[in-house]
Amino acid sequence: MPEVIWVYAEVVEGKITATTLEMLAKAAEVGKAEAVLLGPAPDDAPETLARYGASKVYRSADPVYRDYLTLPAAATVAGLIEKHKPAVMLFASSYAGRDLAANLSARFDCGAITDVGDFQLKDGSVEATIPALGASYLNTATLVSEGTKLLLVRPKSFEPKINEQPLAVEEVEAPADQALRAIRVKERVAVKREGPQLEGAKVIVSGGRGLRGEENFAMLKELADLLGGAVGATRAAVDAGWVPYAMQIGQTGKTVKPEVYIACGISGAVQHLSGMKTSKTIISINKDPEAPIFQYSDFGVVGDVFKVVPQLIEEIKKRKGR
Amino acid sequence: MNIAVCGKVIPASTVTIEIDPTTKRMVRKGVAHELDPAAASALEEGLRLAEKHGGAVVLYTMGIQDATIGIRSALAMGAASAVHILDDAVAGSDTLATAKLLAAAIKKQPFDLVLCATESSDSYSGIVPGQIAYFLGIPALTFAREIAVDGSKLVIKRQSESGYDVVESTLPALVTTTSGINEPRYPQLKGIMAAKKKEIKVYTAADLGFSADQVGEKGAREKVLSIGRPPKRQAGKIVTDEGEGGKQIADFLAEIKVL
Repeated sequence: MPEVIWVYAEVVEGKITATTLEMLAKAAEVGKAEAVLLGPAPDDAPETLARYGASKVYRSADPVYRDYLTLPAAATVAGLIEKHKPAVMLFASSYAGRDLAANLSARFDCGAITDVGDFQLKDGSVEATIPALGASYLNTATLVSEGTKLLLVRPKSFEPKINEQPLAVEEVEAPADQALRAIRVKERVAVKREGPQLEGAKVIVSGGRGLRGEENFAMLKELADLLGGAVGATRAAVDAGWVPYAMQIGQTGKTVKPEVYIACGISGAVQHLSGMKTSKTIISINKDPEAPIFQYSDFGVVGDVFKVVPQLIEEIKKRKGR
Repeated sequence: MNIAVCGKVIPASTVTIEIDPTTKRMVRKGVAHELDPAAASALEEGLRLAEKHGGAVVLYTMGIQDATIGIRSALAMGAASAVHILDDAVAGSDTLATAKLLAAAIKKQPFDLVLCATESSDSYSGIVPGQIAYFLGIPALTFAREIAVDGSKLVIKRQSESGYDVVESTLPALVTTTSGINEPRYPQLKGIMAAKKKEIKVYTAADLGFSADQVGEKGAREKVLSIGRPPKRQAGKIVTDEGEGGKQIADFLAEIKVL
């Protein structure tokens, strides 16, 4: 009997997330993949999950999972785990995935492995691979607790695969307990994003804390446009509200591998390096000669980003005859 | 309002992290330490809330003796007192044991709000806060980039994939702060002097009701099997800008045929 591997399916902006489909591909490779899908989702969401390898979908469309964070989903998933005892349950390293895995790992006193890039199952025990520094080296870890192993998986760790399964949906009941409605979502605000996508960009110009503010990203946009590239950012710049999350590169953001990565005012925290270190060529500009980013750079300029970048823009324009 | 801030004291950003091949853990002894900048943001948020609504902030940390330097800077920033979980037995604790110990320490005093960074800057697992909230039996509101308290009501702006969500709950609750939520204050001389008189309460695992095999490496659910070695990357060319930095990058781009 193949081991049963569950995937916690997430829907963002009305679509099953890419990471959900990636995790299904791996789950189906290691054992029998099944998905848990809670909350409102497009009508064809269970079909999509089945098409990507889920041989069963535990499903509730109750809005409680959308309107109240973590607690209703944790209660439902905990009940399902107790009943069906899957060998492994996979969560995306996402906002919802982390919250849920944290709650369940405490509830079952079982722990969890975070930032997983790959895993294997051997005689019921799990061996997870944790890529460090943009997969330039690997650590491995296991969970010695009994029961379902909880893993938080990095986005882009696996290739999603069409792996058509007959659609089998098992409806689950949403909890009625009012105490679970403690974290209420009052409003969802979407921040508009523009410009070319980071995925697939040949050149990425990226900004960090050193950019000092939202307005200074215009300069990076101009440079990226001249090089036919896209603009990215570090977590610090995103957290500061300067640019939307869609632009975040790093452990909790996107992993990119452009031909050229130009890091502007980025110190090179591990969190960021993880998402860009495998870029073919890395160029960096930072005022601090000790900044770790220089250790990973093919070419680095110790200097003021507000002087170097404008000069670079002028120089490119000149050479392109504009 | 009683505010508990959980923060880690970590090897300073100037320290090159080494891994001990025997214990497979980060080498923490004998290197310079500082209060995790992510924790400093959580603390700053706590201090601002206490200044606005009244109340005091207590810093909770778990770590080796060297952590004292970070605790002192938290006290100098304005924390009223600190709790240090200091015990050789807790070395090698996984996220779960860390959360249990911190929750047990926080429970010893009344609290309304617990603040943590979304993740520490040295191990960034990001699940300890959610586990602490579970053990305290309070809701966890995560990834806050803004926090507002009104009586017993708490509202945060929570970072989301497409923008942010406005999320609310009642107190007591735990909130995790994103690194951009504020610019933490620097300790001033007055604060540094005052910090010397502030109390640092020290607890062992036993003080918190845990036996030595429930915590630390023995109690860990997560075991590290192997640690890889970062490959050496061939050093690139680093120049100092003397007015030609932008041109030099253009030259380099031409050299690699991007221009």
